[in-house]
Amino acid sequence: MSFAFNEKSNELANNALAKYPNDRKQSAVMPFLDIAQRQNDNWLSQDCIEYVANQLEMPFIKVWEVVTFYTMYNTQPVGKNFVQVCTTTPCWLRGSEHVVRACKEIISENPKNVSADNLFSWMEVECLGACVNAPMIQINDDFYEDLNYETTKNILLSLIDGKPLQVGSQIGRQGSKGVSDAK
Amino acid sequence: MLSNKDKIFTNLYGQESFGLKMAYARGDWDNTKALMSKGADWIIDEVKNSQLRGRGGAGFPTGLKWSFMPRDPEKNNYLIVNADESEPGTCKDRDMIRNDPQKLIEGCLLGSFAMQAHKCYIYIRGEYYNESVVLEKAIAEAYEAGLIGKNACNSGWDLDVYVHRGAGAYICGEETALLESLEGKKGQPRMKPPFPANKGLYGSPTTVNNVETIAVIPTILRRGASWFSSFGREKNTGTKVFCISGHVNNPCNVEEEMSIPLKDLIEKHAGGVIGGWDNLKAIIPGGSSVPMLPKHICDDVLMDFDSLSAVKSGLGTAAVIVMDQSTDLVKAIARIAYFYKHESCGQCTPCREGTGWMWRILEKIAVGNSSSAEIDKLLDVTKQIEGHTICALGDAAAWPIQGLFRHFRDEIEERLKKGSFAA
Repeated sequence: MSFAFNEKSNELANNALAKYPNDRKQSAVMPFLDIAQRQNDNWLSQDCIEYVANQLEMPFIKVWEVVTFYTMYNTQPVGKNFVQVCTTTPCWLRGSEHVVRACKEIISENPKNVSADNLFSWMEVECLGACVNAPMIQINDDFYEDLNYETTKNILLSLIDGKPLQVGSQIGRQGSKGVSDAK
Repeated sequence: MLSNKDKIFTNLYGQESFGLKMAYARGDWDNTKALMSKGADWIIDEVKNSQLRGRGGAGFPTGLKWSFMPRDPEKNNYLIVNADESEPGTCKDRDMIRNDPQKLIEGCLLGSFAMQAHKCYIYIRGEYYNESVVLEKAIAEAYEAGLIGKNACNSGWDLDVYVHRGAGAYICGEETALLESLEGKKGQPRMKPPFPANKGLYGSPTTVNNVETIAVIPTILRRGASWFSSFGREKNTGTKVFCISGHVNNPCNVEEEMSIPLKDLIEKHAGGVIGGWDNLKAIIPGGSSVPMLPKHICDDVLMDFDSLSAVKSGLGTAAVIVMDQSTDLVKAIARIAYFYKHESCGQCTPCREGTGWMWRILEKIAVGNSSSAEIDKLLDVTKQIEGHTICALGDAAAWPIQGLFRHFRDEIEERLKKGSFAA
């Protein structure tokens, strides 16, 4: 088995385990998978899953069930910048198809393709819970909000240039405050 | 319009730091011990008298729910905060967590004490990673200051608060699916009974409450049940954070008085409907699972549980999704149907098979390849699903479709006849 937690992951894993009763180790399976995924370039190989199963004394199949049930566990490699575009109705009403168009132009026509330089992959996802700042995307851990075609392109190009634009609203508003109130 | 002095979430937009020092300045943790010294029964009575109803969608009376918890010191009672905010249109809990987390943590202490719980888990959706980081920091600050942990606030009560991150599954917002998930399993809802108050997390008595429900508790106890119930209407009381998205000039989250007219809410806070009120087509008033309302109902309906249920919709999570005249309502609902198909946990056949089936028929209608008879069949299928599944996801998938045809069937059939749907 080639995967094992490094020192930082071990520390995170111990913190996670401490949250649950001693006889309820299985509760830590979600944090353990997340820690493994973060260590493994944002995806879970079979080695990662077997490692987590061993650590928590769970049958592999029980862990596999969890991995495949939740959308945030990636069972295939993703780009260094993993772009998730929300296209559920509140984002769709505000033009998420233009955000998708920008991703197709800059990244790849087809979702889930990892670009040759490994820099990007993108996919459509279900509601990410930032509906009053629609449309929006999530790149790795960060939300970029109040987007249109142009600003989406600018964000992606800024990542190519290695000078990422600011996370959050791209029209400069504070959180979920209405624009007119913000003035 | 709710005055600033009566707002509970005074840092909803992150005008100030979320940190403990600023939270103290906003009035959080002000002599919490004194509130606790009045006793668990006093807290539960005060919550009952405030007429607070759960803010996560179902609107069950919170004080009553709390009173179901057994008070057996031999049992390990749990309070679980549901921060798995995933109902399309809804993004209020996110703001409370990232900008006003101490209100939530103080609510956890007061609620846990009232229900005799020493352990509290906050289950936050996995995508809210940055919010979970803020929450963990806020919890660490609260421990450091002795507000939670051993002898919390010098009250003699011990309380541990933990954050558990989800990993992308709408169904985990259903309370028993959430408990399964927290136990390290796939999040499939449990059969009820037993209800969580008898057998919840790890088989122990458990109450699951929404973030907003818990976060308003400290203010209710400080300012009094009668202050809270002075807003809104009988049994529909309090202040409420509304999320206004879609075709409005200024989408926003805003705290307002319960029972505010829907039209006022949109015109005062969201800059009005794009193109003016007369350009309104329909509104989904409470998150994606509640039936939409056509303009003529939106003209004067009040935003509360009972007035929205009287027009066959619901307050749900108070996520107002506005659709103007440019909206293809069939496509809007087809996209919601796809959402439910994607999120069905697969446990019950009517939901697993039915959500995909309903979505495919809606996609056919959306391109004009359908008939009146097929609409009848679709509506029949919604009735086959509704009420025939372990949890309410099946209902949530059926209602938006019923709402669409309840109000717009004639228009859709007219378009089918004319062939005016874009192929």
